[in-house]
Amino acid sequence: MREKIKFTLNGKSTELETDTSQILLWVLRTELGLTGTKFGCGVGFCGACTILVDGLAQRSCGMAVKEIEGKKVVTIEGLADGEKLHPVQKAFVEHEAQQCGFCTPGQIMNAVALLKADPKPTRKRIIEGMNGNLCRCGAYNRIIAAVETASKEINGGTKL
Amino acid sequence: MNAEEINEIYFGDVDLPISPSRREFIKKLGAGLFIIFALQPLKLFAEEQDEEANKRPDFNLYLRIKEDGRVECYTGKIDMGQGITTSLAQALAEELEVELNSIDMIMGDTDLCPYDAGTWGSMTTRFFDPVLRAAAIEARMELIKMASIELKIPEDQLKTEDGHVVSKADNNIKVSYGSLTKGKRIVKTVRRAPVFKKPAEFQQVGKPVHATNAFLKVTGKAKYSGDIQLAGMLYAAISRPPAHGCKLLSVDKGKAAAMEGVKVIVMDNLVAVLHRNPNNAAIAAAVIRAEWSKPEVLATDKTIFSYLVTEGKETKVFEEKGNPDLGFADADFILEAEYHDGYKAHAAIETHTATAYFEGDRLIVWASTQSPFGTRKDLSARLKMPLENVLVKQILLGGGFGGKVYSEQAVEAALLAKESGAPVQLAWTREEEFMYDQFRSAAVMQIKAGVKKSGKIVAWKYHIYCAGSRGVNDFYGIPNLRSALYDKKGIHPFGTGPWRAPGNNTTTFARESHIDVLADKIGMDPLAFRLANVSNTKMERTLTLAAKTFNYASAKPGKNRGVGIALGNDAGTYVALIAEVEVNPTTGVVKVLRVVCAQDMGQVINPHGARVQAEGCITMGLGYALYEDVPFNWGEVVVRNFDTYEITRFSTTAPIETVFYDDMSAPPQGGGEPAIICVGGAIANAVFHASGARVTQMPVTPERILEKIRPSN
Repeated sequence: MREKIKFTLNGKSTELETDTSQILLWVLRTELGLTGTKFGCGVGFCGACTILVDGLAQRSCGMAVKEIEGKKVVTIEGLADGEKLHPVQKAFVEHEAQQCGFCTPGQIMNAVALLKADPKPTRKRIIEGMNGNLCRCGAYNRIIAAVETASKEINGGTKL
Repeated sequence: MNAEEINEIYFGDVDLPISPSRREFIKKLGAGLFIIFALQPLKLFAEEQDEEANKRPDFNLYLRIKEDGRVECYTGKIDMGQGITTSLAQALAEELEVELNSIDMIMGDTDLCPYDAGTWGSMTTRFFDPVLRAAAIEARMELIKMASIELKIPEDQLKTEDGHVVSKADNNIKVSYGSLTKGKRIVKTVRRAPVFKKPAEFQQVGKPVHATNAFLKVTGKAKYSGDIQLAGMLYAAISRPPAHGCKLLSVDKGKAAAMEGVKVIVMDNLVAVLHRNPNNAAIAAAVIRAEWSKPEVLATDKTIFSYLVTEGKETKVFEEKGNPDLGFADADFILEAEYHDGYKAHAAIETHTATAYFEGDRLIVWASTQSPFGTRKDLSARLKMPLENVLVKQILLGGGFGGKVYSEQAVEAALLAKESGAPVQLAWTREEEFMYDQFRSAAVMQIKAGVKKSGKIVAWKYHIYCAGSRGVNDFYGIPNLRSALYDKKGIHPFGTGPWRAPGNNTTTFARESHIDVLADKIGMDPLAFRLANVSNTKMERTLTLAAKTFNYASAKPGKNRGVGIALGNDAGTYVALIAEVEVNPTTGVVKVLRVVCAQDMGQVINPHGARVQAEGCITMGLGYALYEDVPFNWGEVVVRNFDTYEITRFSTTAPIETVFYDDMSAPPQGGGEPAIICVGGAIANAVFHASGARVTQMPVTPERILEKIRPSN
């Protein structure tokens, strides 16, 4: 059904008139032009489409647009402050935690949510928290190291 | 490029010349100094090359030094995550004496870039690097010549430094590369065999450099085929048959066609729905009712191995030495075994995707393809268009691993764009991706081997069904040997094709398992047994390095733990892998505790990048070794998503240590694939030493392990 919804998108209040029964991933990518959020499997098994909704990691391929009414949505495009990368993004670059880069936005968003919930996660907790995000290039060990580095930076004073 | 041509390149050994094609590029561009190189890898710097290159303007690379000093490198190669955007730029920066960040890599655009058959076979660094450097050296010499005229200083009194030609006598007298071109278009071909820098002179090569496009990837700005958005573009969704080999009998498109904004297109076996919104396209495709013919089931994942053996015929004797029968007569023990490997999917996280549109009579396509020129050829043939009217553009790939050598999605998107008259984007669903993947082939290896009590392998008879010959050449110095390939055209129930280090994962698993079986029979340690037999110096030093790094001599695996070794050779690189695993004796579940990988890949251009590639290989390799399998009923692929097709994830990866036998004086060898080939063998051997279960079929699943531990169950 076509209706107007309001939400905050990457820090900006946003109003959208659309068929709100649509899958959020496609609306982000097409109507809102935010193509950093990727399609990988369509059913939440791979995590490529992960975004933050009110600070929690959500699979946008399994959400209807109407579910974000009144909520704060952050996509990969909204994470950096201009040229200044978020600590997780910075740590990904440092550790070369991406190869083809396709799963990377989802990995980063999931890691950001993980660190919001637990700013000093153990290695075990990182593995558990990230386990639903797949990477076929095999960068897992580097991603774990990146999350650990980001955790240190965040706890050293950078605000999430 | 058709499947057979690709298979020929892929499943043969990869040291093949790639034939260049004739093209004119330069006039499409503006001013600058252009350096062109024709690639014929097997006789790269042979004398006759110069004359031939002059007669025939074929080239596989060119450089352009622009007026603003930026350097463009045009190549038909693509970056699918293997990092060549960085490593090639690094080699170029080294020889041209410019900053790494002044280089722009223009890759895989069929209008702008010279012909390239495709990015595969770990060939980019091996064959491309010398070419790139030769062109850079030629450019540098040409710039010195131009500067000599400009500065009125003899050429031998000039040197190059940081994008400038500088007087050796006075560093203040210099002229920038860019200003030397003066708005003219100067075209030179590489004519002489270059004198490469010596390793000691390297300033950039050999240093770790982080991928230059990392910033784009972590901010979501990196663009892939599905990120292209065009005005009036329609999204395609396709109603697929239940199995391969089905023919469309009838289609009821009424319900879908009645939906607002929906276009239904039926072309032969392609039943597609188009809509300006991908949601609606998917919803409409789901209500299409089509009837398909049901092909006969000839084999399933359970019966495929006996089917391959029954159907496969000897196609080639790959290697023959001595007399195997005499060897067996001489042996103290003769051991025979049959090894199996099931089909594997490529399962890149980006599904096959393409965006296509027409501009007048020109077709323009962005496609996730490992072969832009091959895709252009397919598009030209299938749409019956002249080659020059088809343009495949540069784009990043979200993983390839061999699976994007074929790009049927580009053909489908183009056909739909033509039929609908609108730009069309098609991103295969994950279910389509698993169905239409060109799978890694299932295979059977039959080995009969003879060994002396002393530890010498004296005879080896090897029948390889459907895994090809890559990496099969003996490096154990077996005096009596016969390796033969068995195959048949159309033997598989669905498409098969190259999968990271094609065939080599499968045959290395079989050979290295059997080597351990022999060592076990005569009671020798697997490391000592291998060292006693290995006849290749590079293989031997690589194994020694791996054993030292692993601390093999003092490793004492605890209860239910075991260490496994496997050796292999791929794309010119020697690999030794040692893995330690723990096997739960009740559940059969394998936990990989650590993996050490040693590689002799010649000169390591970018050690950091090479390490990242090796880690990726091993992580991916644990999947095929332990859990990746494709259940099927002939053409019906049963696994369709990541819930049932298990790939390595965070919780199942292992600590990985990679070391290189860095030989700076040797030419660089392949790095994107070799480290993956030993994973299956090393894991199977480690599982044996941990549990006593000799599993002869990959993946080495808990069920197969338990079956061997408790054969009565």
